[in-house]
Amino acid sequence: MVADPIALQLTAELFPNGISRYAVGGLLVGLGAVVIYVGTGIPAGASTFLESTLSYVSGQSRFQQYVPSRDWRVVFTLGIILGALAFAATVQSGVITTSLYEPGTTGELYEVGGVTLWSTDVQPWRLLVGGVFVGIGTRIGKGCTSGHGVCGVGSASKTSLVGVATFLTVAIVTAQTVSALGVSP
Amino acid sequence: MSRDRHPLFMPLILVGGLIFGFGLGFSQMARPEVVLNFLQFEDFGLLFVMFGAAIVSGIAFALMPRLRDSAPLTGDRYERRLKPFDRNVLIGGAIFGVGWGLSGICPGAAYASLGVGNVSILWALAGMFVGAYLQGVWRSKRAAADAAPAGAD
Repeated sequence: MVADPIALQLTAELFPNGISRYAVGGLLVGLGAVVIYVGTGIPAGASTFLESTLSYVSGQSRFQQYVPSRDWRVVFTLGIILGALAFAATVQSGVITTSLYEPGTTGELYEVGGVTLWSTDVQPWRLLVGGVFVGIGTRIGKGCTSGHGVCGVGSASKTSLVGVATFLTVAIVTAQTVSALGVSP
Repeated sequence: MSRDRHPLFMPLILVGGLIFGFGLGFSQMARPEVVLNFLQFEDFGLLFVMFGAAIVSGIAFALMPRLRDSAPLTGDRYERRLKPFDRNVLIGGAIFGVGWGLSGICPGAAYASLGVGNVSILWALAGMFVGAYLQGVWRSKRAAADAAPAGAD
């Protein structure tokens, strides 16, 4: 391969953690959605779980429409949690090493029973308040980063493309503003 | 969706979720800091997660309807289930954007974050359920108030 110093420098600036962990992770996320779609015809999103699970405990009419899908959505979410735990027990713990994975330096690593776990430094109030906005917004906006961003964009849905462009733009402005106000992490 | 589900329906959903969650862990999108670094233009790698995943799923969405009529485990047709566009997509998207930009967390990545050991993410999950509940109560009331309720999205 011919090494172009300018291209390499630019890559290092834009992608300080390389691109392989992102690309491999993205391909797996897509593959997970594909497995479900091929078997069931369902384009899976992660945010409907919030409303469908609320249908177990709330009789609000808004949630009842998700009763038929609530069971498999719980299973899908459990799968996501367990899949991430499997990642933590293997790659994150160093049991499996690959040059495709760049570990990163954010947050804090800790160990429980031989498994290397990770915890965020982002302040709880940001997570809580941000979570409330995410919970309201994703449900009014009909999708989240997986429903709109992966399945919607993947099926070239104009609604999803507009949805992604909207939340990406607002998220960038928000994150830049919060950072400019000196809130970190 | 049919009432009598194929016995492999739930196992397949679980396997799909496992791969999905492993990918979110591997890409480090389950780390709020990494998402915030992306939104602050410090690391553009996250584009590869979103577009990489969308390309993979896009190929399946385009191919499957040409290969088969219906999905083996549900009998559902492979078709584009397009969500209708209206003002809510913009309003909801903007509210979601504020939350994503503030916390660095979105639903799928939040579940995965719990899996990689991030106990603090329970704050975000609690927030999401509160938010989803608030909009649900509000929209249920509004739907009941409307004489001719518009169909749910």
